[in-house]
Amino acid sequence: MTTPTPTLAVEVMRAPRLRPAGITFGIALGIVSVMTLAAIFAPFIAPYPPDQLDFAAVNAGPSAAHWLGTDALGRDLLSRLIYGARTALLGPLLVVIGSTIIGMLLGLLAGWRGGWIDSVLGRVFDVLFAFPSLLLAIMAVALFGKGLIAPVIAMSIAYAPFVARLTRALVKAERTRPYVSAYRVQGFSGPWIALRRVLPNVTPIVGAQSTLNFGYVLAELAGLSFLGLGVQPPTPDWGAMINEAQPGIVGGFFLPAIVPAVAVVLVVVAVNIIGEELSERIGGEIPA
Amino acid sequence: MALDSSTVAVAAQNAAAANPRFGGRFTAAGLRRVAGKLGSLVLTLFLASLLVFFSRFLVPGDPVTFLLRGRKPSPEAIAQVTEQYGLDLPPWQQYLNWLVGAVQGDFGRSLQYRQDVSTVLGERLPVTLMLVVMAGLLIAIVGLSAGIVAALNRGKALDRFTLIGLTMLSAVPSFVGSIVLIAIFAVQLGWFPTFGSGEGFGDMVYHLVLPSIALAIVFVVLVGKVTRSSMVEQLDREHVEVAISRGLKRGTVIRRHVFRNALGPILTVSGILVAGLLVASTIVEAAFGLAGMGSLLVQSVDRLDFPVVQAIVMFVVTAFVVVNAIIDIAEPWIDPRSAAGAAAR
Repeated sequence: MTTPTPTLAVEVMRAPRLRPAGITFGIALGIVSVMTLAAIFAPFIAPYPPDQLDFAAVNAGPSAAHWLGTDALGRDLLSRLIYGARTALLGPLLVVIGSTIIGMLLGLLAGWRGGWIDSVLGRVFDVLFAFPSLLLAIMAVALFGKGLIAPVIAMSIAYAPFVARLTRALVKAERTRPYVSAYRVQGFSGPWIALRRVLPNVTPIVGAQSTLNFGYVLAELAGLSFLGLGVQPPTPDWGAMINEAQPGIVGGFFLPAIVPAVAVVLVVVAVNIIGEELSERIGGEIPA
Repeated sequence: MALDSSTVAVAAQNAAAANPRFGGRFTAAGLRRVAGKLGSLVLTLFLASLLVFFSRFLVPGDPVTFLLRGRKPSPEAIAQVTEQYGLDLPPWQQYLNWLVGAVQGDFGRSLQYRQDVSTVLGERLPVTLMLVVMAGLLIAIVGLSAGIVAALNRGKALDRFTLIGLTMLSAVPSFVGSIVLIAIFAVQLGWFPTFGSGEGFGDMVYHLVLPSIALAIVFVVLVGKVTRSSMVEQLDREHVEVAISRGLKRGTVIRRHVFRNALGPILTVSGILVAGLLVASTIVEAAFGLAGMGSLLVQSVDRLDFPVVQAIVMFVVTAFVVVNAIIDIAEPWIDPRSAAGAAAR
């Protein structure tokens, strides 16, 4: 049996956290809700179409017509921000769901069956840990082309081992609990107990920890489109907006880059606060 | 908590364990452990190389077309690529050829530069390594001091202030950090260049100041938080109370009994940082226009130069695995208790 090496995820989970006061949690929830609504109802909220050019107002500061100013092509920054929330939130959502499903099933399999299955899966996770998620995403783009789909699949795979390790440890602890033996004595099959009784018991803790990945994934996917490898223009996307605004920074036009940058930071902070509060409330020991 | 004689004995044992003279170093068990770790290292690298090489076969269609995407598929080019990569050979033989070359540092030829991948990579590596080293120093200094200051002032205003600061910083991705630093210190104040990596050592360090700060931000948070929690855990231990009650100076206790024992988790996290820094430098290099390995990676993805992508991915993965193996192997030297624990298991 190999000793479980502490993973990044576990270290981060054990790290001290701010206990967010009610107000902080409320504000965080507010930010995420507003962004989600903006993403869903973008066409109804945005004052302009995201790619409408206004050559009369190029690199303009905030005004009544353009609340957050315009970019180098005279596109309304507020509108682009609102439309950009779509890819910014959808990508991480898909990755969190994907990695949680893959990770929980593999972790359940490893923790419940143990033995050689556990050893083989442990080795697979070790190899995957050596591929940082952003690197795996870049490799996927090199293979399958730019866009959102390839990076999302690659990141779901890259984050799955973190979920799997946690699930495995929780399932191993759960297996020794009396209720499992009770079901066994009554003649329930192993897979039934694992899927119908053990899995639901570990889901809240794993789910809360998975939401903590949302912020990391959002930042990484935005970084990927900042590199020009993710969501492609003309689709408005926060990372791509910063990329397009970069030449303007040297000319002193900071707003087109700062607006999406602030959006990224705000959402990441808000999501992290929510995730931490959720895991605090659900509680549960995180095994090493 | 009763401080009876057995507690003191345990504390004495702890102190003894903290002294490397008492740790058996070159025992048979120790050598077996190192051999086992090395074996595991080779196995992980081998499996990783399978993933890197055979990922190409996941792309449906003809490998020649894949490698020549975006280029004119003239009959000569097709013949050349087929010959160069041995694409008419069975896959396992292609892999063996690639692996044998890779082990010797030969990753084939770059499609965009028409040079050996190793030559192209060699030109780009110094900037990235310098960037990573400078960021690493920043992370060590700022992260450790933040964590230690917070731990020693646990529960006080300074602790809370540090934690709030770290939580805020943790949400600043490197591309956001980069543009903010460029906007303030390069464009507004004009203290630093906005672009390029400079000529010569001193100039390079100067050019890399802002990039290394941008790169360090997120990792400072990680090291700071882990340092704090690891220190706090040790501060609560009995042997620390014993040491203080025996009248040892606070500084000595913190240095020799708290920090030293707290080092394990900090080192583990540092190992994980290496790959993270190498990958995150991709974004920082793009933001600051540095001619490093990261910008080469992005360029190669952009220009469909897959051999270079494979080489860089393999390099980063190898760096990660090797550094972690070194930390793993060195741990009993730093913390003899882990060797004792491993032997007892």
